[in-house]
Amino acid sequence: MKTFGKLFTFLVYLFLYAPLLVMIIFSFNEAASTSVFTGFSLHWYGELLNKRQIGEALQNTLILASLSSITATLIGTLAALGIYHMKKKAVVKAYMTVTNIPMMNPDIITGVSLMLLFVFVGKTLGMQDSLGFGTLLIAHITFNIPYVILNVLPKLRQTDPHLLEAALDLGCTPVKAFIKVVLPAISSGIVSGLIMAFTLSLDDFVISYYTTGSDFQTLPTLIYSITKKPVKPYIYALFSIIFFVILLMLVLMNVMQAKSDRKNARKNS
Amino acid sequence: MNRKANIRQVLLNAPYTLWAAIFVVVPLLFVAYYAFTDSGGNFTLENLSNLSRYANVFKKSLLYSVIATIITLFIAYPFAYFMSKRSANVQRVQMMLVMLPMWMNLLIRTYSWTLILERNGIINNFLELFGIEPLKLIGTPGAVILGMIYNYLPYMILPIYTVLSKIDVSILEAAEDLGCNSFNKFRRVVLPLSISGVVSGIVMVFVPSVSTFYISQKLGSESEWLIGDNIEYLIKSTTDGMNVAAALSLVLMIIILASMAIMNRFADSSDGGMIV
Repeated sequence: MKTFGKLFTFLVYLFLYAPLLVMIIFSFNEAASTSVFTGFSLHWYGELLNKRQIGEALQNTLILASLSSITATLIGTLAALGIYHMKKKAVVKAYMTVTNIPMMNPDIITGVSLMLLFVFVGKTLGMQDSLGFGTLLIAHITFNIPYVILNVLPKLRQTDPHLLEAALDLGCTPVKAFIKVVLPAISSGIVSGLIMAFTLSLDDFVISYYTTGSDFQTLPTLIYSITKKPVKPYIYALFSIIFFVILLMLVLMNVMQAKSDRKNARKNS
Repeated sequence: MNRKANIRQVLLNAPYTLWAAIFVVVPLLFVAYYAFTDSGGNFTLENLSNLSRYANVFKKSLLYSVIATIITLFIAYPFAYFMSKRSANVQRVQMMLVMLPMWMNLLIRTYSWTLILERNGIINNFLELFGIEPLKLIGTPGAVILGMIYNYLPYMILPIYTVLSKIDVSILEAAEDLGCNSFNKFRRVVLPLSISGVVSGIVMVFVPSVSTFYISQKLGSESEWLIGDNIEYLIKSTTDGMNVAAALSLVLMIIILASMAIMNRFADSSDGGMIV
């Protein structure tokens, strides 16, 4: 059973990584061929640097992810506080249902539904083309907010409500009590919501594809239009760089996680 | 004081309430509006009644995504089970290795398979060494299903692993002490306790599979076009297809809501069964 388990695990990892490894290997290929490896070269990485549109798209993606995740974090944190203080169960349930919609709906529905709204409003206002950076930003904020709420709300529910009362009794103003008592308690939820929103925004293709115009490309929408035609290996160089950046981030996160786990273990013992 | 609390409440809720109403609820109403109107904005049932033309597309989408979901489940469950048995450090590394492909963009994950499956890709080159005629791998239903499995396998592994790793070892020991053999221990204890993870895994694989368009476009041929491809084509490549696209989206949404309702009921009843 044990050897079978190990073999099975290995085969699944092979399946998960084989296509990515093939891609990385051919990004170092001398020739443009993706079937025969003729020799090691960094030629395609050099060519990648000359592609201005990729740099531009990367910049667009980062700007969009920053703006949308920060805005979503503000709105989402306020919403979590509001939902936390709601008295009626039915109202809370209604809010949570609406919050779940963008997460449960497939991306294509979220994208198409927003596009229909934008196109309709654009037509009503007599605009030629209403889709662009603004609509893309709205779309990203919309699908990011639920993740912020779902990260902050559990932290709020974990905090002791008596703490806030104590702070108020001891003469804090409500704002000061919030900053001194509530905010530190929920800050980890806010940060993880922000990070999650940022990465989701970086990664999104489907919703962006339907809600942006031709003048504003993100990295995923650019990759889509590049891979519509037969591609040159410089695109594998781009994919490989993305792979290694993600790998680096994951390793860093794991090291940090392991450190804090060990710290907690020491505290408890 | 009470009044102050009310004002505070309104101020906290107002931004999100407005945002969710305008950008979550209204857009869904627009899908219905477009589905029930013609390009001039007049009420019509034609978009929906014409959907019978797409009956085959719906069948294919459902078939492919159901097959992909089932295969994914049978790969992910044992994988997650073995993973939950390893030491904490190994589990951490394994988790990272599962998440790495998941964090790669869907487009990259899908595209990378073309290198392997192409007519002059890795597999066919390998076969050629033995003088075997190249196989048609890309542009087949199998390639589309493979793409779905590959893209969404981590989404099945993670929720199942999460519930499996939370199962209390003492419950398993109790089952052994009470005379369960390992098969019964699995069937009567482990499996019922992991159903919630299985259900969320199924939803997380089925929903993006049934609504995909890039996977079928890159790995399938035109005869493997799914619902998503038709929506994409109508919106991006035609000028008057918006209303039919909305009708397709509406039906897709109903299919997904229905399947989620079924899965939820399944999860509930299994929980109820556990108490008894």
